[in-house]
Amino acid sequence: MRVALFVTCVNDTLYPDTGRAVVTLLERLGVEVDFPAAQTCCGQAQFNTGYRYETEPLVRRYARAFAGYDHIVTPSGSCAAMVRDNYPRIGAKAAAEGRGQELARIADSVVPRTYELTEFLVDVLGVTDVGAYFPHTVTYHPTCHGLRMLGLGRRPVELLSHVKGLELRELTGAQECCGFGGTFAVKNAAVSAAMGADKARHIGETGAAAVCTVDNSCLMHIGGTLARLGSPTRPLHIAEILASTEEHPYALEDIR
Amino acid sequence: MSGTYLGMPAFPKAASESTRDLRMRANLTHATHTIRDKRAKAVAELADWPQLRAAGAAIKDRTLRHLDHYLEQVEAAVEAAGGHVHWAADADEANRIVTELVRMTGESEVVKVKSMATQEIGLNDALAEAGIRAYETDLAELIVQLGDDLPSHILVPAIHRNRSEIRDIFREEMANWGRPAPEGLTDRPAELAEAARLHLREKFLRAKVGISGANFMVAETGTMVVVESEGNGRMCLTLPETLISVVGIEKVVPTWQDLEVFLQLLPRSSTAERMNPYTSMWTGTTAEDGPQTFHLVLIDNGRTDTLADTVGRQALRCIRCSACLNVCPVYERAGGHAYGSAYPGPIGAILTPQLRGTGSELDASLPYASSLCGACYEVCPVAIDIPEVLVHLRERVVQGGEVTLRGNRTTIKPAKGHAAERAAMRAARWALDHPAALRGGQRLAARTRRLHPKHRLPGPGSAWTETRDIPAVPAESFRDWWQRTRGISGKETP
Repeated sequence: MRVALFVTCVNDTLYPDTGRAVVTLLERLGVEVDFPAAQTCCGQAQFNTGYRYETEPLVRRYARAFAGYDHIVTPSGSCAAMVRDNYPRIGAKAAAEGRGQELARIADSVVPRTYELTEFLVDVLGVTDVGAYFPHTVTYHPTCHGLRMLGLGRRPVELLSHVKGLELRELTGAQECCGFGGTFAVKNAAVSAAMGADKARHIGETGAAAVCTVDNSCLMHIGGTLARLGSPTRPLHIAEILASTEEHPYALEDIR
Repeated sequence: MSGTYLGMPAFPKAASESTRDLRMRANLTHATHTIRDKRAKAVAELADWPQLRAAGAAIKDRTLRHLDHYLEQVEAAVEAAGGHVHWAADADEANRIVTELVRMTGESEVVKVKSMATQEIGLNDALAEAGIRAYETDLAELIVQLGDDLPSHILVPAIHRNRSEIRDIFREEMANWGRPAPEGLTDRPAELAEAARLHLREKFLRAKVGISGANFMVAETGTMVVVESEGNGRMCLTLPETLISVVGIEKVVPTWQDLEVFLQLLPRSSTAERMNPYTSMWTGTTAEDGPQTFHLVLIDNGRTDTLADTVGRQALRCIRCSACLNVCPVYERAGGHAYGSAYPGPIGAILTPQLRGTGSELDASLPYASSLCGACYEVCPVAIDIPEVLVHLRERVVQGGEVTLRGNRTTIKPAKGHAAERAAMRAARWALDHPAALRGGQRLAARTRRLHPKHRLPGPGSAWTETRDIPAVPAESFRDWWQRTRGISGKETP
């Protein structure tokens, strides 16, 4: 089984700890994981802002970078959803514009091999207890693309519920969007901030030490809002919780 | 669409003001959360909801594919039943037709059933210009009309108002339109309803002309269908001598069997009711029963152009239930007026830019009035993939391309005001397609990271830092860490 990590541009550049946590976690579970250097970005920001033609070179790059791997695992619900839902659309539109089947074939090839991390753990590896230890209170925010596009359902919560020492706190209005939405966060900053403020308030009400998601881009917005409000709750990617063990525990104060 | 909204600012500007209106936000949060929870319960009662939803989408798609056929069937059936059918290509033509029809009756006032189509074309303003007074009789539309306000919701046009505001509007304005509000009116819902009942009864009993829309038109018999909760619509549909119905061409369903699906989907999605209290159906005219003259005005107003777009056409499935508004976090905070259209919320964000085009700054901003969270698609009873259409329309805004305008294929230019964004997207794409460049940028950012601001970015970045800190750049990117600890895997440019 050849497994490649698609770390995503956001994690690569801003949250390398999340990438390292995925590597630690997968290797602990006996998975040999590779990081093909040709990878960069799925093109989500371009595509969702309307720049489909600017997205196409990144679709081709994704296909080339991950050619030959059985599984492409990414610690990002929205990037996995971008590949799964939107690469076929990009292929279909290019074909409809008379530009051939190349992009459609790329979609056919990469879509079934691309997994969000918790999907890979639960569906491919068949584990819900990854042997993690995290003696803190945590609340989980199901990100929109994970929840509604990928249909992750209870997978992340199942994984968290098996983490030793972890106390999961329920989040009011969990299924409501945090207000990030990619370029929405700056194009409609007022509405985005209003949504973020409500999310931050609900997170604060849980009293949890950390809020975790399957997506660091949402966490950048949530964490940035929490920090501005002086909240003690730390944003944390689920991979970093699952990578934490009794031998190598995650230190909450390490969070940047 | 209506001229009423002309000159309104783009969505982000309107929304940045409306989000500060805390009373409106409290009203909307309360109302939308109440109805969304009720909808979820009403839908959960039906084990076959997913099948109903798929059937609703399929029936609409099939009907839209053969729309020409079904519309001619409607026309023939309505005329055979004693009605008259008129075709309007756009809002102006529809308004001219209706105005002329009212003039022919010699009347100078009409009563109206709540109707999105007449809001869309701005009929009340057109009638007013011709000296004809249109009285809205739906309770919420009445509140909007008395308050010289605009509707902010498809189903509950006065959703942005709470009951004390409504009491004030009734007290101050009812006398200017007819029977004044009772002395000592309080904000108790029963009292407010009674005040409206007394005020409207006068209008119902006097009116000679009624104007309505229709939720559905059944092609096989030419039957119009209006579903409502109050019974005020039933009054307007039965008491006047002349009835004029203004209906979008996409409202047709082929058969009664098809209608059955929508009469299950619509009430549960819109008011969370198993069945709506009043369902009025009429076929042409019936001797000595109800209006003796019936006119059907079929309006296109951008619908045929929308139908020509293979992705965007799914918006024409919409049955105006407003479930998408009630779950939308953006709508909840920005309010309906920020959308500058009779159609607010997620459905408005995909319908308005198709019906009106993306030429104005406001209309070009609507596809961006969403975080693409997908809650709208999840609740849509006819499975309109609103996020998909939003992104599709964003493409139209920033890339331009082929569209259909008044039946002609034409290539439009990208909307103005996106030059800096386009340059940034291109630059980002270039860097992301050159891993060495990406790495260079990451290293530069890492080396200068102590200098980066945390709380305040200049220029467009200030929209982020207004309310959010920015993440610190790490000392080492993931790719550098991997290369340092594991070596390089494969070529950067395979």
